[in-house]
Amino acid sequence: MEADAPALSDDELLDRCQCAAFGYFIDNVAPRIGLVADTSRPDASASIAVVGFALSCYPVGVERGWMERGDAITRTLAALRFFWQSRQSEATDATGFKGFYYHFLDMQTGRRASRSELSLIDTTLLMAGMLTAAAYFDRDTPDEKEIGLLTDALYRRVDWQWGCGRAATARHGWKPESGFLHYGWEGYSEATILYVLGLASPTFPLPADSFAAWTATYQWENIYDVEFLYAGPLFVHHYSHAWIDFRGIQDDFMREKGCDYFENSRRATLVQRDYARRNPLAFKGYGENCWGLTANDGPGAGVVRQDDTQHPCFGYVARGVPFGPDDGTISPPAILASLPFSPEVSLSALRHLRRHYPDLARDWRLPSGFNPSLAGNGPAGWISEGYFGLDQGIIVLMIENHRSELIWRLMRRSPAITAGLSRAGFSGGWLS
Amino acid sequence: MTRSCSSQAERYERQVVASVRPPGWRNPRPAPLYDLVVLGAGPGGATAARDAAALGARVALVERDRVGGNCLNFGSIASKSLIRTARFYAEMRDAENLGAHVPSDLAPDFAAIMTRMKRVQMRLSKAHSALGLRDAGIDLFFGAAEFSGPDRVRVMGETLRFRKALIATGARAEIPPIPGLVESGYLTNETFFDLIDCPPRILVIGGGPIGCEMAQAFCRFGAHVIIVQNNPTFLPKEERDAAQILSEVMARDGVEIHLNTEVVAIHTEAGGKRIDLVSEDHKFHALVDVVGIGVGRIANVDGLNLEAAGVAYDRVAGVHVDDFLRTSNKLIYAAGDVCMEHKFNHAAEASARIAVRNALFLGHRRLSDLIIPWCTYTDPEIAHVGLYVREARKQAIPVRTFTVLMHDVDRAVTDGEDIGFVKIHVRAGSDEILGATVVARHAGEMINGLSLAITSRLGLRALARVVHTFPTQAEAIKMAAEAYERTRLTDRLKGVAAAWLARRSTERSP
Repeated sequence: MEADAPALSDDELLDRCQCAAFGYFIDNVAPRIGLVADTSRPDASASIAVVGFALSCYPVGVERGWMERGDAITRTLAALRFFWQSRQSEATDATGFKGFYYHFLDMQTGRRASRSELSLIDTTLLMAGMLTAAAYFDRDTPDEKEIGLLTDALYRRVDWQWGCGRAATARHGWKPESGFLHYGWEGYSEATILYVLGLASPTFPLPADSFAAWTATYQWENIYDVEFLYAGPLFVHHYSHAWIDFRGIQDDFMREKGCDYFENSRRATLVQRDYARRNPLAFKGYGENCWGLTANDGPGAGVVRQDDTQHPCFGYVARGVPFGPDDGTISPPAILASLPFSPEVSLSALRHLRRHYPDLARDWRLPSGFNPSLAGNGPAGWISEGYFGLDQGIIVLMIENHRSELIWRLMRRSPAITAGLSRAGFSGGWLS
Repeated sequence: MTRSCSSQAERYERQVVASVRPPGWRNPRPAPLYDLVVLGAGPGGATAARDAAALGARVALVERDRVGGNCLNFGSIASKSLIRTARFYAEMRDAENLGAHVPSDLAPDFAAIMTRMKRVQMRLSKAHSALGLRDAGIDLFFGAAEFSGPDRVRVMGETLRFRKALIATGARAEIPPIPGLVESGYLTNETFFDLIDCPPRILVIGGGPIGCEMAQAFCRFGAHVIIVQNNPTFLPKEERDAAQILSEVMARDGVEIHLNTEVVAIHTEAGGKRIDLVSEDHKFHALVDVVGIGVGRIANVDGLNLEAAGVAYDRVAGVHVDDFLRTSNKLIYAAGDVCMEHKFNHAAEASARIAVRNALFLGHRRLSDLIIPWCTYTDPEIAHVGLYVREARKQAIPVRTFTVLMHDVDRAVTDGEDIGFVKIHVRAGSDEILGATVVARHAGEMINGLSLAITSRLGLRALARVVHTFPTQAEAIKMAAEAYERTRLTDRLKGVAAAWLARRSTERSP
C-alpha cells in the first residue's frame, strides 16, 4: 500500500487489495497435492481451513481474470484427489479420520503435522471450499464432473454424528492420543456453517436438535446502545458469512429478536468501531477509522507501555471487544471482512490505514496485525511477519461478496447449504 | 516471621480461641427436652439457634470445634483480610497509574500480613463468642454429636432429646484422590492461614472461586502461583466474559493457569514437590513448595450417625432436603453447606432462618424462593444474582442483556478501577430482571442493589427512576437501566415527541 499512490476509486482500491490477497494462494501452494500453507513463514504446515479458502478463491480468480479456468481446475482437482486418496485412520500420522481432517498437514507428505487435532470447524471450512468449487466448476467436462463427484464423496464421508462424541452438540476436535477435546462450543461463534453442513449431510447428519442445543448458549446483548448477538472477536461475525448469504433469512433465535445474522454482523462492526473510539486502554491509533479486534497474530511476549500503565502483549489469540483481550493489535483483514455489512465504515477505515500507515502493506497485501503502540520501523509500529492464509482468504471472499456476491450466489444453489439452513430452522428471504 | 509479629499473632490467636472455644468450657446440664437442637455453630447453626432462642424456644447448640465455623476461622474473614492486603500491594505497584510514586521497598512483610489477619479474626470473633451464645439463652455444648435415635442426639456422653433438630454441620475441603497428595502435606482453605512464611512456589489444584482468591492473593505477596484444573473452561459456572476478564488480570498478576490439565501424581522430594501433569497428550511437570487444594467442598456428614435418625444423605449432595429444608425424618431439618449446592455464609444464614420458621412455627417457606447472590473476591470481583442467560434460555425464557462497561462509568475511571462490567438480564418484552452479573473492583457491594430489585420485584424501569449519587460506581446499574429505557423509545414515540416539541415551538413564536 502506497500513501502517495494516485487517488483510486473504491473499486480500484478493493481490486488491488483483493488481487494481492489472492496472490497468497499462488505463492504458498504445494501444487502436487493442492495443499496451501497456514502462513507464508518458512516451514509452515498446511492448514485445511486455508485450503478451503483457496478452493473458494480460485473461482474468484477465474472471474477476475487472475487465473485461467484450466489452472484453477488443475489446482482444485489436485486438492480433491489428495483428500480423497489420503489415509483415513486412527493412526497418529494419518491425514484424517471419519471423513474429518487434521487441522495442520505436512506440506509435502500431507500427513498430520504438529500433533494437531482432527478439527471439526477446519474440516467444515475445507468442505465449504469444496462445495464452492463444485458449484462453480459445473460444466459438462470430465474434469469438472470429477470435481463434483469427488466433492460429493468427500462430503458424504464426513461422520458428523461421530463428531458429537455422544454429546448434544458438535465437539471441537479429536486426537488419536487422547480422544475428543473437552471443549464444546458455547456462545455464538463461527460454527454456524458447521451446523448447516453437518445437518445437511445425507449420510451421517448431526442430530436434528443439535443446532437448537448450541444456540441455547447465545447471548443477546445491548452494548454501547447496540443490540446484537454478542461475540467478541470479529472473525466470528465473518467466517460463516463468507459462504452463506444471511440477508433476510432467520432462524428461531433471529425471528425472536427481529434481526438476521447479516444485520447482526453489521452491528458487531459498529460495536468494534465504538470500542475503538472509546479506546479504554489508550492504545495508539485506535479510533473511528482504526478498529478490528479478532483472532490474529500479535507481538507475543512483552508489554505495551502507555503513559503510566502497561499492558501485556499476546501472540496469536482471539482478541475481542469489549471484554478483551486487547493489546493494541489491530487486524486490517478484519476491517475488509466487514465490507459487505458496513461498506462505508470499512472503506473509510481502509483509506485511513492507507493514509496513516503507508508501511503497513507490501504490494497491497495486508498483514495479520499491526500495533502502533509498539516501536517498529514506521508509524504502524509492530507489524506481523509474513501473511496468514485465513486472513488472505477472508479478504478475497468478502470483497468478492461485496463486489459481485459471487460466493453467496454459488452457495445459494448448493443443496448442502439450503438443506442445512432449513434443518437448522432458517426460513424467509432467498430460502423461500 | 519476626519474633514480635509471631508473638503478637499468637496472642491474637489465643484471644480468638478464648471467644470461640473457651478453654475450660463446661457443657451445661441438658434440659429434659429441647424445642430445637442445632448441630453445628457456624453461620447457619448460630443464626438458627439465636433466632429460635429469641422467639422463646429452648435451644441446644452443639459444636465439634469452634463457634463461627469456616467463615470466621478459616474462610471468608481470614481470606478477605489477606485479600485486602494483597490489593494494597497491587495498588502500590500500580502507583504511577494513580499519579503517585512506587515505594522503593515493596517486599511484602508476610509476618505482618498474617498478624493483621489474626487481629481481624480476633476482633470479629467477639461477635461470635461462645459466651454471647450462652447469654442469648442457648445451651452450648462442645463436642462431637451423633444421632442415637430419630429424636435424640448424644454429645460427650449426654443425650439431648428434641422436638425438632437442625443439621448445620457445614462442609469441608474435598480432597481429590491423587497419588502422593497426602504425603505432600497439602494445604486447604482451612490450613492456608496457618502459614508462617509465604511459600516461593505454590500449585493450586482446582480453579474454583476459593482457589482463584488465594492464588491471586499469594501471587501478589510474591509467590509464583500455578493453578491447575481439569475443566477446560476457567470458572465454568460464571459468565464467559467475566472469566475472560479475570483470567487476563490474573495472568497479568503473574498467576500461571493451566486448564484442561490433570494432576496425575505428586512426588515429595528434597527441595520441593514435583507435580506430574497431563493435558490431553502433553505430559509435563512443575516444581513447587506447597500444594493447595481448591477443587470444591463436601458436606460434613461423617460421624453424625444419620442412619440412626433415618436421615437420607449421600456423599456428593450431603443431607437430602425438600424445598422446605425438611429431611427424610420430619423432625429433622438441615440448612447451609451440609445440604445446599450454594455453599456460602449468607446462604447458610438465610436457609437457617427458613428452617427455624418451618420447623418450629409451622412455616411453609421455600428454599427456592430465596434470591441468593454470590461473589468471588478476586480483583476485580465477580458477583452474580439470579439466572444466567443459559439457565433462562434452558427454561425457554427469551432474554435481553443490558451491558455497561466500567470504562464508561465516571467514578470507575476516576478511581482507576475501570475493568469490568454490569450485565443485567431481563425477560424480553418486559423489564423483569432475571439475573445480573457484575465484574468490578467492588462487585460484591454493587450486586446488592440488584438483589434488592429482584427480591422486591422491581423492574429495570424502576431502577432507571432511582436517582443515584454521582459519581459512584453503582451508577453502572442505572446506566444499564437507562439503556433499557432508550430501547423503549420507538420511532413512533420519537415522532410523537418531535411533533409535540415542534408544536410548542410554533406556539411560542411571535
